[in-house]
Amino acid sequence: MTVLTRTRPVSVADQKTRAKRRSKPRNERMTVGRWFVWALLLAGGLVMFFPVYWVFVTAISPGGLAQSAGFSLWPRRINLDIFAQAFRAQPVGTWMVNSLIISVSSVLISVFISLLAGYAFAKYRFRGRDALFGLMLMTIMVPIQVIVVPEFVIISKLGLVNSNWSVILPSAAQAISIFMAKQFLTAIPDELIEAARVDGTSELKIFLRIVLPMSGPLIAVLTILTFVWRWNDFVWPLVALQTANKFTVSVGLNSLNGAYAHPWDQVMAVTLISMVPVIIVFLIFQKQFVQGIAESGLK
Amino acid sequence: MPSLDATAPSGGGAGIVQGQSVKTRSGALSRGGGPRMRRRRVPLLAPWAFITPSLLLFAVFAFAPIAVAVVLSFQDVQLFGGGTFVGLDNYQAMLTKPLFWTSVKNTVVFTLGTVPTSAGLGLLLAILLNRKLPGRGVIRSLYFLPMVVSGVAVSLVMVWIFNEDNGIVNAFLQAIGAPRVSWLSSPHWAMVTVVIAVVWGRIGFCMVTYLAAVQSINPALLEAAEIDGAGPWRRFTSIIWPLLSPTTYLLIVLNIVFSLQAFDIIYVMTGGGPGFSTTVLVQYIFRSAFTDGNMGYASAIGVFLVAVLLALTVVRNRLARRTDDLS
Repeated sequence: MTVLTRTRPVSVADQKTRAKRRSKPRNERMTVGRWFVWALLLAGGLVMFFPVYWVFVTAISPGGLAQSAGFSLWPRRINLDIFAQAFRAQPVGTWMVNSLIISVSSVLISVFISLLAGYAFAKYRFRGRDALFGLMLMTIMVPIQVIVVPEFVIISKLGLVNSNWSVILPSAAQAISIFMAKQFLTAIPDELIEAARVDGTSELKIFLRIVLPMSGPLIAVLTILTFVWRWNDFVWPLVALQTANKFTVSVGLNSLNGAYAHPWDQVMAVTLISMVPVIIVFLIFQKQFVQGIAESGLK
Repeated sequence: MPSLDATAPSGGGAGIVQGQSVKTRSGALSRGGGPRMRRRRVPLLAPWAFITPSLLLFAVFAFAPIAVAVVLSFQDVQLFGGGTFVGLDNYQAMLTKPLFWTSVKNTVVFTLGTVPTSAGLGLLLAILLNRKLPGRGVIRSLYFLPMVVSGVAVSLVMVWIFNEDNGIVNAFLQAIGAPRVSWLSSPHWAMVTVVIAVVWGRIGFCMVTYLAAVQSINPALLEAAEIDGAGPWRRFTSIIWPLLSPTTYLLIVLNIVFSLQAFDIIYVMTGGGPGFSTTVLVQYIFRSAFTDGNMGYASAIGVFLVAVLLALTVVRNRLARRTDDLS
């Protein structure tokens, strides 16, 4: 049973042959109509980018570029001191460190155990395999709000409330990551594994020495997606983390909501700071990120 | 090196019968199921050892809470206190409370507002941005970027942009002589604003999915149609759209699932208000549990929602099977 998309993902090899085919000139002239479409696409893209731009502009304008005195798209004066102010006024630094610790630990744990489980589901046959796989995939359909209370009880029984682990552990096992790992690892030739087995290599060594080195692209995609997902997580950290010094950046940002207590330039400064790591990851690894999204069917 | 391709038959155990060579759906001989495999010692413990870490975490943090939630839905239980079994009372209360039906209605409106718009815009963009255009990569990135912005950040920016007194949107409307709009304080517009914020973040996802599907269309097909004199619109309606229909079905189902689970943006932007005008089901569950402290009732709504989501999954799987049969 597959729960998620299989929309004929584009493999790297596919893209290359296709690019070659495309590079033949096939009516690629820019006509007036094409320039018009191009202009529309660019305008749409700028509208899409506008909120991100607006965060930045609001943050650096003194008074947050309030529009009460007429419409203006850029600041007349710039105040870069706002970032230092934001760090002084809120424990933004602590939130960033917490988010970083949680996201990186989640990536390390989640990617490794997903690869292990995905490999088991892809290359072994054992009793209850398909039922178990289906059961894991079903958890994707359960919104966190439904299980947040029992989850909290479990976390408190384990004595983890208000700690980094309370956020790392519950989201470490991700059905979608196991699903993607299984899809990828199924393509590894059985002959390689069999040959190693004949040579007397232990199952763990087969995984570590043969399977793992071949999983580069998979590890890249899972790392990027997991990082972005965990960095942006909100509902569960909101419930599990209770004091401001333990907040992740999303939870901290939410605590600034309520425009009367905080000036908009400061709120947007913190918003911008919170977005910087994921935007950097996106700009560097856009290809893997987009590929991962197309294949997992999750954003 | 294997690509990240999903070409291998997935899940469902490819119907392997020992000693026979059985064809899988894709027509290839099933590997590893033949007699050759049987001579080898089959590792019994290794797969369990490999899935144990995940399984353990799933058991504690997914299966157990889900089971508890189902049990809670049959109990009258206040926040973290003990519960008494009340049978189907919570479900009965759910069906009779007006607020439940309000949130069902809001969920439907929200879903209808978000799903066709993001899928439609995603399709349009995928087709237009599949052609060679100057700066195509940069333009695509502009549409992708919102995907990585967190729900909380999106919400705060949108609250600021749509701020009634100082927001840029109202200033713009005033500059062009249009009336100002109470984006977040009128029940009607609040839903519109929330839908805009969600669609903004979701267009990139739909576009990525459609782009992958558009790129898998054989260009020779389109070239042949072009030589035969088919214009762009004709090529779209007769070739591209029919070939994309599996993707369209899947995207619509997935988008419905996302919309039914959408929480962050509504929670931060409106908190379900003004009044209960943007209270969707997940919002209502959270509210019943934490504001009203009625765990049992919240769980009953949760079980109802999960049942709807699982029904959608069944639909999705049917569609996926049909897609496999076609290809």
